[in-house]
Amino acid sequence: MSGTGIHEPRTLIRMGVITPRRKAIFFAVMAGLGALAPFAVYPVFLMNVLCMALFASAFNLLLGYTGLLSFGHAAFLGSAGYVTGHALKVWGWPTEAGILLGTLVATVLGLVIGGLAIRRSGIYFAMITLGFAQMIYFVAVQLPFTGGEDGLQGIPRGKALGLFPLEGRYAMYYFVYVVFLLGFYVIYRTIHSPFGHVLRSIRENEPRALSLGYDVDRYKLVAFVISAGLAGLAGATKAVVLQFETLTDVHWHKSGEVVLMTLLGGMGTVMGPSAGALIVVAMENYLSGFGDWVTVIIGCVFVVGVLAFRRGFVGEAARLLKSFPI
Amino acid sequence: MGDDFILITEGLRKEYMGFVAVNGVDLQVRRGSIHALIGPNGAGKTTVFNLLTRFQAPTAGRIVYKGRDITRERPADVARQGMVRSFQISAVFPNLTVRENVRVALQRKLGTSFHFWKSDASLRVLHERAEELLAAVDLEAYQDTVAVELPYGRKRALEIATTLALEPELMLLDEPTQGMGHEDVGRVVELIRRVSAGRTILMVEHNLSVVANLSHRITVLARGSVLAEGPYAEVSKDPAVLEAYIGAPE
Ligand SMILES: Nc1ncnc2c1ncn2[C@@H]1O[C@H](COP(=O)(O)OP(=O)(O)OP(=O)(O)O)[C@@H](O)[C@H]1O
Ligand SMILES: [Mg+2]
Repeated sequence: MSGTGIHEPRTLIRMGVITPRRKAIFFAVMAGLGALAPFAVYPVFLMNVLCMALFASAFNLLLGYTGLLSFGHAAFLGSAGYVTGHALKVWGWPTEAGILLGTLVATVLGLVIGGLAIRRSGIYFAMITLGFAQMIYFVAVQLPFTGGEDGLQGIPRGKALGLFPLEGRYAMYYFVYVVFLLGFYVIYRTIHSPFGHVLRSIRENEPRALSLGYDVDRYKLVAFVISAGLAGLAGATKAVVLQFETLTDVHWHKSGEVVLMTLLGGMGTVMGPSAGALIVVAMENYLSGFGDWVTVIIGCVFVVGVLAFRRGFVGEAARLLKSFPI
Repeated sequence: MGDDFILITEGLRKEYMGFVAVNGVDLQVRRGSIHALIGPNGAGKTTVFNLLTRFQAPTAGRIVYKGRDITRERPADVARQGMVRSFQISAVFPNLTVRENVRVALQRKLGTSFHFWKSDASLRVLHERAEELLAAVDLEAYQDTVAVELPYGRKRALEIATTLALEPELMLLDEPTQGMGHEDVGRVVELIRRVSAGRTILMVEHNLSVVANLSHRITVLARGSVLAEGPYAEVSKDPAVLEAYIGAPE
């Protein structure tokens, strides 16, 4: 259960391959690409990728940096989506307020589910989170406001800051992009904070962290709540982008999908989950002509990817960089 | 009496579904001493450590540390009061660097360990102290090595440096020389002697020459109960101890 096999590109930092300057340049280039992307690629697809990338990055905070495998993260994504959708559509809330409410609900849900789940570890932890997510799914099917099987349709996008209508694809894109950058920054900050270092020590050797006087359960809980909240932010934003929310977002398939994205891209790396999200969403989009075969194809890519690149694409790339110092 | 003994247990007992692993153990560990806990395999030594540090709950009995009953406290709280343990199986943080291993222990007293909004650059103030601690165990040349890559003996040294970072009053060492070559054993013995200044050490150790060499007092445990207690010279002549060890020669 400990983190053996998790590879972080920190060795590269020590070898001088990754200098703070190069890192800043890398992030600046990535951010620039993100800003230009909608002129080259279909924006709705990109927004989907950004939402899932944020979702997977939030998930990775637990799996990659704390060593906790949650198998119920769809609960946070989906419930935030429903709450935000309802607030915008029925209550006519401003877009940002609706997204904040969805995020808040996911955060509180994270506190409740996490508070109970972190008492167990390993497979039991995973099963408890799955159990709760199934309950949330059931609630979503039953409650009238979610629209059940039909979903919650016709969510208005509203205006950013009450000024800029988000109906246009570019306006919406940049709105989502800003949300993504904010969420990503929170995750990055958390990973590289004093708190993040305690999380890593828990991932590496929980009894040892405990023997050093760290109340490991509290640290895990805080990590869980942050992760749930950001997963909620991703779900809330996604609902605004697509203007509907359906049961697929609370279904356990989504909980599985995020594991897949994270492993494919590289757990315990900052960029890995985003890369994984890009790959998976791209396959789902561009292979949709194959119908049900998409699942099979994604499954194959996953098996081959994980067999060939045990550390995920980004993890392996980092390792390659190490063997070919620039 | 509370002043002389840093740690006292009364009738400590642990059962696992009917099996009694620790059976009414009374320990008295004198402040400032090196106290050894020995006994054949399966005697219950590690279990005693688990009970003392509250990693496991005793079935019965009392633990008094620094005059205070800690029988019901939580493990992290016990550690924060200065009773810090090591583990029988080497317990480093494998994918962290040597410096980071020690720094994690140092970082708690900054009081920022929950600050997820703060940059980890704020931890740099600890590097100087980390370096001192690593120098104390001859690891300063390895600061940037990932712990998993260290040779075994060095890992144990890193563990001791990490434990020392907490400035524990009472250090519990579970078989610090287990699985080590001759030279490493010598080095660790010297290290333990050095770090014992100003603190108390309770250690489980199979290597009797290490025990004879280091400890002021010895408690012999067999099948969960205390068989004998006293200085090495006395205990090593005790017929009951000899018998227990003939069954399991070391
Ligand atoms: N969690 C557990 N469940 C059931 N039995 C246990 C458990 N932990 C330890 N035991 C049993 O308790 C007894 C004492 O174990 P313990 O590990 O304390 O021995 P030890 O003196 O440390 O031995 P060694 O010298 O081999 O390390 C053993 O018989 C062991 O099998
Ligand atoms: Mg043992």
